Amino acid sequence: MNVVGVGRGETSNVAEVRGVTKTYGGQTVLDDVSLTVAENTIHGLLGHNGAGKTTLMRVLTGRVFAHGDVRVFGEAPVENDGVLGRVCFVGEDQRYPDHYQVRHVLEAAALLFRTWDAAYADALATDFALPARRGVRKLSRGMRSALGIVVGLASRAPLTLFDEPHLGLDAAFRQLFHDRLLAEYAEHPRTILLSTHLIDEVGDLLERVTVIDAGRIVIDDDADDLRARAVSVSGPVAAVDSFTEGREVLQVERLTSVSRATVAGGRRPDDTELARHLGVELEPVSLQDLVVRTTGHSRRGALR
Amino acid sequence: MPSTTELAAFHRINPATAAKGVHQLVADGVLHKRRGIGMFVSTGARDRLLDRRRSRFASEFVQPLVDEARKLGIDVEELKTMIDKTGDGR
Repeated sequence: MNVVGVGRGETSNVAEVRGVTKTYGGQTVLDDVSLTVAENTIHGLLGHNGAGKTTLMRVLTGRVFAHGDVRVFGEAPVENDGVLGRVCFVGEDQRYPDHYQVRHVLEAAALLFRTWDAAYADALATDFALPARRGVRKLSRGMRSALGIVVGLASRAPLTLFDEPHLGLDAAFRQLFHDRLLAEYAEHPRTILLSTHLIDEVGDLLERVTVIDAGRIVIDDDADDLRARAVSVSGPVAAVDSFTEGREVLQVERLTSVSRATVAGGRRPDDTELARHLGVELEPVSLQDLVVRTTGHSRRGALR
Repeated sequence: MPSTTELAAFHRINPATAAKGVHQLVADGVLHKRRGIGMFVSTGARDRLLDRRRSRFASEFVQPLVDEARKLGIDVEELKTMIDKTGDGR
């Protein structure tokens, strides 16, 4: 029976890395990373700046070599035109020749991707208010992000990677991006790997979530399962302590006689009754809070 | 019923999440699938949903109401009077 497949046949993996380690000048950027990206999913790669998201994307797209096994469409991606012709990587800071205008970028992309849809690209460029004859060097940060989004969507590449596509984009354009992404994904199912720190904004768009922290994968799970994975408990210190006894506590914050704890494992069937009895409040934990608490950023006092 | 694609676009959620929601409603007997045509609301679905919500009404609404009232020093008699008044106003 087809339960969650939405008419998708058997899921196969578009990309797979096994035990990948990358060091730059003695510093370990990826530390024994293993990850699978399933076909036709929107997969989020989350984590702090410098966690290793970009490096992992660069490894997947054959831009850098790393120790370990890397397979994209079943093959090693480095210098492999058969693989790279089906992959579109929209980097955070894409470089273009100095004299390029917006239209030149789109023309170049048309040559690069077999699946390129020029009419769709033009429509998207209009939607994102990108003037065809504007020099790329004169684009603002947000417009450069928008240009990357246009290229990524219109490439129709079977595997498309967006690295921090939201930088400098205002709220209206971020929403436009999400709407266009969902519409495109529904009409032309393909695999999207998206790195971002705007977890709350993109959380609902994701089917799979991978969180990377200091080069290691700390969460890799179905997005819906993750949303149900943790619960926040708040109330008098003693009551919260008694609720959390025997549970895995991810984080505790305390303010005089009141505390708030984040516990893993989600809700148990009789938790509502227990919370009522103890006089504590239960609240769901957003994906963003879960990521922040799991990656230990708040413990280091550097909460953004 | 709208398609999962339409639901996903409207709510701005992943289509797999929308599909899970629809599947849950199928499992609950609220929706059923007609092969090749689409999803339909099952007969009696409205009554079943109402029954289910009624059965949870005491624990989900009345109990928290009583708890909150007690916290504020409002006794049950006072609460009943408030409910009567509120009901009359409608």
